[in-house]
Amino acid sequence: MVTDQALKQENPVKKPLFSAVGIVLMAVLLTGCSSTPKEEGAEVTTAGGGAYGSGATGYGSASGSSSQGYGGSSAGAAAELNNPNSPLYTRVIYFDFDSNQIREEYKESLRAHAKYLSGNPSVRLTLEGHADERGTREYNLALGENRGEQVKRFMQAEGANGSQISVISYGEEKPADAGHADASWAYNRRAVLVY
Amino acid sequence: MTAGPMKKVILLMLFGWQLIAQAGELTIEITGGTQGALPIAVVPFQGSTPENLASIIAADLQRTGRFQPLPEKDLIARPSQPDQVDFGDWRKVGSHYLVIGEVRSTGKGFDTGFTLFDVFRGEQLLGMSLSSSAKDLRITAHRIADLIYEKLTGIPGAFATRIAYVTAVRQADGSQRTALRVADSDGHNPQTIVASAEPILSPAWSPDGNRIAYVSFENKQPAVYIQELTSGRRDRIGPFPGINSAPSWSPDGRQLAVTLSKDGNPEIYAVDLNSQQLRRLTDSPSIDTEPSWSPDGGQIIFTSDRGGSPQLYRMSAGGGSAQRISFQGDYNARARYSPDGKRLAFVTRESGRFRIAVMDLPGGSVKTLSDGGLDESPSFAPNGTMVLYGTQSGGREVLAAVAVDGSMSQRISIDSGSLREPAWSPIRH
Repeated sequence: MVTDQALKQENPVKKPLFSAVGIVLMAVLLTGCSSTPKEEGAEVTTAGGGAYGSGATGYGSASGSSSQGYGGSSAGAAAELNNPNSPLYTRVIYFDFDSNQIREEYKESLRAHAKYLSGNPSVRLTLEGHADERGTREYNLALGENRGEQVKRFMQAEGANGSQISVISYGEEKPADAGHADASWAYNRRAVLVY
Repeated sequence: MTAGPMKKVILLMLFGWQLIAQAGELTIEITGGTQGALPIAVVPFQGSTPENLASIIAADLQRTGRFQPLPEKDLIARPSQPDQVDFGDWRKVGSHYLVIGEVRSTGKGFDTGFTLFDVFRGEQLLGMSLSSSAKDLRITAHRIADLIYEKLTGIPGAFATRIAYVTAVRQADGSQRTALRVADSDGHNPQTIVASAEPILSPAWSPDGNRIAYVSFENKQPAVYIQELTSGRRDRIGPFPGINSAPSWSPDGRQLAVTLSKDGNPEIYAVDLNSQQLRRLTDSPSIDTEPSWSPDGGQIIFTSDRGGSPQLYRMSAGGGSAQRISFQGDYNARARYSPDGKRLAFVTRESGRFRIAVMDLPGGSVKTLSDGGLDESPSFAPNGTMVLYGTQSGGREVLAAVAVDGSMSQRISIDSGSLREPAWSPIRH
C-alpha cells in the first residue's frame, strides 16, 4: 500500500486531484489569509440597486478547506501526513451512488487517521462530504453529510475523539471533476479529509 | 465570446420581437410547440417613451407559444385610437386580434392607454389606462400583456413577475463565483442579490414577493438567510450545527420550513420568523428534507429515504405521521406545490435519467414533462401554466420551462457561466 500505486488503486477513475503537497500548500495559504478574518464571505445587494452595496467585505476561499492547521501536532506527525508511503497520505475516499458505505479498500487508511488523531489530541480534522450531480441538490446535501458522518463514526470506533472531527457537506456544489458522465461522477462522490 | 454575434443573429431570425440581450440578461427561446398560435397585431404605441411597449407586449405573448405576433412589416396601419381602426385592414393580413395604444407623459411619469380588439367580430374586448413612473414602464407593458392574456385565455398572465436564479462562473484561478440574481420574467433587468465565492442554492420567494430565503455557504457552513429585496436587509436562521437548508415559506409568510441536522440527521423543522422558535416536524433516522408547504397551509410535502430510496411523503404542517405519495420508480424528490395546490412538480428518475414530472393531487396520475437527463429544481409559474427548471444543454447548465400541458417549451440561457436553481416569484400586486 504505497505511493502512486496505492493512490491509483484508491481512485476509481484517474489520479487524485488533491496531492498531499497541494493540501499542505492550501492549508498554509489559508492559515496566512485567516489573519484577517472575514465576518461575511458574501456581497449583499438590493434588488433596486445597480452597484454592489456598502456591505461588500470580500470573499472567502473557494476551496472549502479548513484553515485549522497543525496547531499542537509535532513536526514529525505533520510530516507523516505528507509521506507518500504512509496510509495517512490518502485524504480522499470514494463512494458508490446513493451510498454512504465505506469501501473495504479505504478502511486501513481511515484506521491510520483515527490513530493519528488519538495520538495528536490537539489536531483537528474536517471531513467534507460530497455527492455527484445526479439527483436533487438538497437531497445531495443530506447525502454528503451522511458520508462525512459515516467516516466520522468509523474513525471514532477506531479510537479517534469525536470532538477532533467536524463534518461539512457540500452536496453536489463542489465537484472535483466538472464532467457529466460516469467517470466524473465516480470521482465526485467522495469524502475529503482536511487537516 | 466568439459565439455571441452568431447567437444574436439566430435569435433575430427566430423572433423579430426579441430584443438583443444585454450583458447578463437572460435569453429566452421557444424550443417547441407553437402550432395553432393565434395571430395578433400589436401596433407600436403612439407617443415617445424610453421603452417600446408594443414590442415588450408582443414578446410576452409570443413566448407563451399561444400567440403569433405579426411581424412589423405586416402592420399595414398604425392606429392609436379606436376610431382609427379599420378591421378590414387586419382581416386582410389574417390577424385574429389587434392591440393599439397610446402613451402620454404626465410630467411625473406616464399614462398608458390600450385597447384590444377581436378583428373578425369587429369588436372591442378590453380598453384600459395604466399609470406608471418612467422606471416602471416595462412593468406596465408586462401588466398589459397579463390583461390581454387573461382576456383571451381565461387564465391570469404571469408576465409582470420575476424569476430568481443562481449563476456560477468559473474564474481565471479555477474558483467559482456564485450569485443569486433576480430578473424580470422576460429575462431583462437582472440584478444581483448576493454574491459569494461559496455555493448559494435553494432560493424561495416569500408569499408577498418582497423577500427571498436562500442557503449560502459564505461562512464555510450552510446557513439559511432571508433577504429583503428592496433594502438588502438580511436575517439569518441559526445557523445550527450541520445542515441548514431547504427553506420553504408558509403561505402566511410567518414561518419557514427548513432542514436541520443539528440533532444527528436531516430533519424538517418549522421556524417561527418572529420568535425564531423551532418546531421539529419529522422524526426518522433517515434523510428528511426538501419541504414544500401547501398553499392552504395545512400540509407539507417532503423527500425522505425512510423506505430505502428517496420518495415523496406528505404530513400535516403540524408534523406527526407521514404518508408516502410517490410510487413509480426509485427516485422521486424535491416536490413543489402548484399555486392552486392541485398538483406537484418534482424530480423523478426514469431509466437513469432525472426528469421533471407533474402529479395530480391527491395521489393521482403522474406525467413526465421534461426530456433531459439531469433536470432538477422545478418551480411553478404563479399562474400554474408552466414549470421552470434547471437542465443541461451542450454540457452547460441552463434553465428551461415547459407548459404543464406539455404544449410548449422554452430554453433560458446566459452569455457565459451556469444558470441553475430557478424560482418564479408570486404575482406582483
